Amino acid sequence: MTYHITDNTAAAIPLRDIPEVPYAEFHADLAEKLADPRYHVAHYFALPEEGRMRFYCLLLDDATSQVLVASHVMEYYDEGVLPSLTAIHPQLHPFERDIAERYGIRFDGMPWPKPLRFPFDRYDRSGSMDNYPFYTMQGGSLHEVNVGPIHAGIIEPGAFRFICSGEQVLHLEIALGYQHRGVEHEFAATGNRLRQTCLAEAVAGDSAVAHATAFTEAVEKLSGHERPAQLDRERGIALELERMAMQIADTGALSMDVGYQLGQVACEALRTMTINTTQAWCGNRFGKGLIRPHGTDHPLTAEKSAMIRRNVAEIARRYDEVRRDIKSSPSLLARFEQCGIVPRDQMAAIGGVGQAARASGLARDLRATHPWGVFAKHISHEPVVKTQGDVMARLTVRCREVLQSARYVDRLLEIYEQKYAAGPSPCPAPDYAAPLAPSSLAFGLVEGWRGEICHVAITDPEGRIVADRIKDPSLHNWMALALAVRGEGISDFPICNKSFNLSYCGHDL
Amino acid sequence: MKALNLLLLLLAALAIPGLINRTRARLAGRKGIRFLQHLYDVRLLLRKGAVYSTTTSALFRLAPSFYLGAALTALLFIPVGDLPPVLSFDGDLVAFAYTLALGRVALVLAALDTGSPFEGMGASREALYGALAEPALLLILATLALVTGFTSFGWIFSLAPELRFTVVLLLAAYVLVKLVFTESGRVPVDDPRTHLELTMIHEVMCLDYCGTDLAYIKIAGWLKTAALSMLAADAAVAAWGLRWWIAAPAAVLLTGLSVGIVESTQARNKLVRNTTFILTVAVLAALVFFTGYLLQLNLVIR
Repeated sequence: MTYHITDNTAAAIPLRDIPEVPYAEFHADLAEKLADPRYHVAHYFALPEEGRMRFYCLLLDDATSQVLVASHVMEYYDEGVLPSLTAIHPQLHPFERDIAERYGIRFDGMPWPKPLRFPFDRYDRSGSMDNYPFYTMQGGSLHEVNVGPIHAGIIEPGAFRFICSGEQVLHLEIALGYQHRGVEHEFAATGNRLRQTCLAEAVAGDSAVAHATAFTEAVEKLSGHERPAQLDRERGIALELERMAMQIADTGALSMDVGYQLGQVACEALRTMTINTTQAWCGNRFGKGLIRPHGTDHPLTAEKSAMIRRNVAEIARRYDEVRRDIKSSPSLLARFEQCGIVPRDQMAAIGGVGQAARASGLARDLRATHPWGVFAKHISHEPVVKTQGDVMARLTVRCREVLQSARYVDRLLEIYEQKYAAGPSPCPAPDYAAPLAPSSLAFGLVEGWRGEICHVAITDPEGRIVADRIKDPSLHNWMALALAVRGEGISDFPICNKSFNLSYCGHDL
Repeated sequence: MKALNLLLLLLAALAIPGLINRTRARLAGRKGIRFLQHLYDVRLLLRKGAVYSTTTSALFRLAPSFYLGAALTALLFIPVGDLPPVLSFDGDLVAFAYTLALGRVALVLAALDTGSPFEGMGASREALYGALAEPALLLILATLALVTGFTSFGWIFSLAPELRFTVVLLLAAYVLVKLVFTESGRVPVDDPRTHLELTMIHEVMCLDYCGTDLAYIKIAGWLKTAALSMLAADAAVAAWGLRWWIAAPAAVLLTGLSVGIVESTQARNKLVRNTTFILTVAVLAALVFFTGYLLQLNLVIR
């Protein structure tokens, strides 16, 4: 089968260059390729185009750093039924469910045609999330526990339905969609690129930098402008600072959930220090406003660079102490080890990404496999991989990534100080009006702290962005959480949940 | 003297939660809330009205008062050092243990009455751990009775025991402190600070309570903790032949500091491990009992 072969740094692809293949061929080839864990699907979506439906698929090849792009079409009068790929490779389930929900296309043999996020303009509005039929099991010794959609504490809505035998969880079903805001709809509705960038930052509040970077990557590929290497470095620094902050926050949250107060308060303080560093740089603790297309409003200065380096070194030093404390506490190890295990083959089957996949022995890290920006030039990233797949493995991956990110930030700032500390910044101001290539597809693939983020922007013949299709890593990894708690005690669900810390709004869009 | 005894117990009950909070805050490098913040919280709750779920019956409304009554009654049996307790009769050891159990039963039934799956889980856990902790408590009380020859708290602690029982009394105090952890739902058995319903034991049973009822449950919790802490302090103090003015502050310090330190530095158990934890305490209690028994035989080894 023919693909358009590209990579994560190449320019936008004209839509006519993307091969259109018959679905049968597409089905057969993907069924074969996905059996090898070196391939996984980054995005698969449908878009109406001149009276027909065109399906785009981005397939990542981790071994060669290639991105394979293919498409298939469905004409207006075609029967809206396709053989399901999910039946063979479960990793495609969120994509097929999304396509089915939006456009009413049925996937024949789909094991579980469950709505994904109940958008307001969905094809079939007969069902709603209020009367969603949860999976049930019968048995005298079984009981169901429903948690949510409204939770205690300040977290987002999502319903968890447990089927338990005593304290043991047999099955967990996660129902999401409560946080659906129509983000993709808004992207298409506004032509204002600044507004679109702000929207990208709001896809998942804890991954503002990563989503904004993915979107601007796509935009810059469409405009075809060269950007100064320093801009890439600044984006890299922002991304790694975000990663540090969130991984530290989750270390603290995990400590809190097992009642380990010292770890909790130490990590809360360090996380505040990290996000305050970002605030001192750009005025926003979560890095909103920092990533802009073609330039930046907050170029680094010598003082800011020195401040960030100083803070990051201090955070890394203190965090390392916390990490050692956790590793040497028997009461913590007893909670985290052998808890919430997701084996490698299951993780591969559901297409898990990011730090959760790396904790299960699946070395998926776009910084290494599909590098962009600084990772293609200055940093050769070595992914942190653990094989146990339990809560402790996910925590260890977090811990080591924090220290790794601290080193990257320091290195990138060192380059900056050597080159530009005395002179003016080489980064231009943002440009929101740069003309974009017409009728093209461009994608931004960025490894956020949670995992791979994919934005696919598509332009019309006038060069306007008509669709930005977003994939947050949570889309894949929610299923990993459901698998992790199987057979565990229900009281261990919270720490399993925290060890993934998935996004509700990133999933629900 | 009985009034002084009761007064000291109530003061201990009010001081222990404050000291726990203060210890935890200091170990976390924080200033911490006011020492008597828990009293302000309860005053706030007492001023509030109550909302009852329509699925609950009178049982649900009675349970908090019953729980508080049971805790208060149990407290009346406890002497502070060598002071005489308010209520005292032969066999009040057993009455004490089962008055506490009665309060627990009331709360468990009320939790089941709500029909909520969370509360059902909490009730099942509370019942299991209560049943497992009961032998430990009874064995320790039996040991006290055995080494002193009395079955009433008032008499047990009124006289300085013989020197050879020092070790037994200290071990009994240790087991009683462990029981304070389990019975008052502290780390490592339960975590009173958690907001995660799925992991709660005691707290989840009180989720449907508010206002006065919740205040009653909280106060009953303090009283229960104070009663067991005072017993532990009594045993330790008796081992050294000390008097009530040591026993009262010892009870506060023993529980306040140990709970505060453990909650700051240790994670709570995986829930299935709680069973092991409590059974270990029970086994320890059995060992203490046999040690006491052997010493009481007064064997002379030639």
